[in-house]
Amino acid sequence: MSNRSSPPSRSPSSASMRTPRRKVAGLGSARSGTGHFWLQRVTALANIILVIIALPIVISMAGGGQEAVLSTLRHPLAALVLLLLLVSMTFHMRIGMQVVIEDYVHSEGTKVLALIGNTFFTIAVGAAGAFAILKISFGG
Amino acid sequence: MVQLTLPKNSQLVAGKVWPKPAGTNRLTEYRIYRWNPDDGVNPHVDTYYVDRDDCGPMVLDGLIYIKNKIDPTLTFRRSCREGICGSCAMNIDGTNTLACLKSMDDVSAKSVNVYPLPHMPVVKDLVPDLTQFYAQHASVEPWLHTETPAPEREWRQGRGDREKLDGLYECILCACCSTSCPSYWWNGDRYLGPAALLQAYRWLIDSRDEATGDRLDDLEDPFRLYRCHTIMNCAKACPKGLNPAKAIAEIKKMMVERQF
Repeated sequence: MSNRSSPPSRSPSSASMRTPRRKVAGLGSARSGTGHFWLQRVTALANIILVIIALPIVISMAGGGQEAVLSTLRHPLAALVLLLLLVSMTFHMRIGMQVVIEDYVHSEGTKVLALIGNTFFTIAVGAAGAFAILKISFGG
Repeated sequence: MVQLTLPKNSQLVAGKVWPKPAGTNRLTEYRIYRWNPDDGVNPHVDTYYVDRDDCGPMVLDGLIYIKNKIDPTLTFRRSCREGICGSCAMNIDGTNTLACLKSMDDVSAKSVNVYPLPHMPVVKDLVPDLTQFYAQHASVEPWLHTETPAPEREWRQGRGDREKLDGLYECILCACCSTSCPSYWWNGDRYLGPAALLQAYRWLIDSRDEATGDRLDDLEDPFRLYRCHTIMNCAKACPKGLNPAKAIAEIKKMMVERQF
């Protein structure tokens, strides 16, 4: 019937005996996804607002060397904006990358590893950045 | 990983150029995907010439001309030849559409390039295997669900509520939209695809239907619904001018609405 070498199902031999309705039913609805969809939009909106606020702060530090960065970040509002932007951006990055992985990586093992790696990476980046901002802001 | 290249036995090889019909200069060139499951040969693109003086104006007319006068082995589905049965959906001039509604004169390329609907298993030539597509449509239970005992006469619906179904009920299930969607190409086994979701929405907003919550429950899934990334190929391809992407966006809005 098919001229594709690998059918989309995961175990071709037993899958061929299943009815089409059984294949479409799969493991049923996960009853989730809306939270993910909503957070992607909320963090996108937060990113727009925070970038607009943070951009002048970053520009004002440009060319000023280490001294400029240290003195700017001592101001609690500047540190807070950068901190929020970092959290919002890394969170958005994590759930965005998750969709890309789910779209393109189809073998279960690789997919789970990629999803865990994605979580670890974005949390590490976010935590390192947050630690740096706080350390500077608190006068380290 | 997702399959970005064709497997060896699906790769196109050079095809046959069929002789031009004699005694005419009004010719239109057709380049058509051919694949026969029985001869062990890779798919190939055959070239045909259609005599426009002896043939109707639509791409389907040309295909019927070829089958009747040049090559009876050319295999394709067709029935109503007026855009209501959805049988002759295929990829023409790079876009999924109905061969019966596409005029040969509207083709932008030098030749009329005809391929089966993309990323579907091919049964033969231009005939795709749509078994999974139909099963997905059936899985959204596209019929009226009610708890209330049936009234003596029909279930009543106001004019405004009836008008909400315009732009949805006209779908003829030709599969042009679903098979044009990259998300459906990569995850067609789990993503329901634009056609099934448009029908799901048609029943979600039917004022007479009493299973709206259950329907939303069954769709609320990272793959079934949320693989739609608003690429909009579905709306571009639909030969009936419908907008499945908008219907899917409305479903997502209903999902969010019931959270708050």
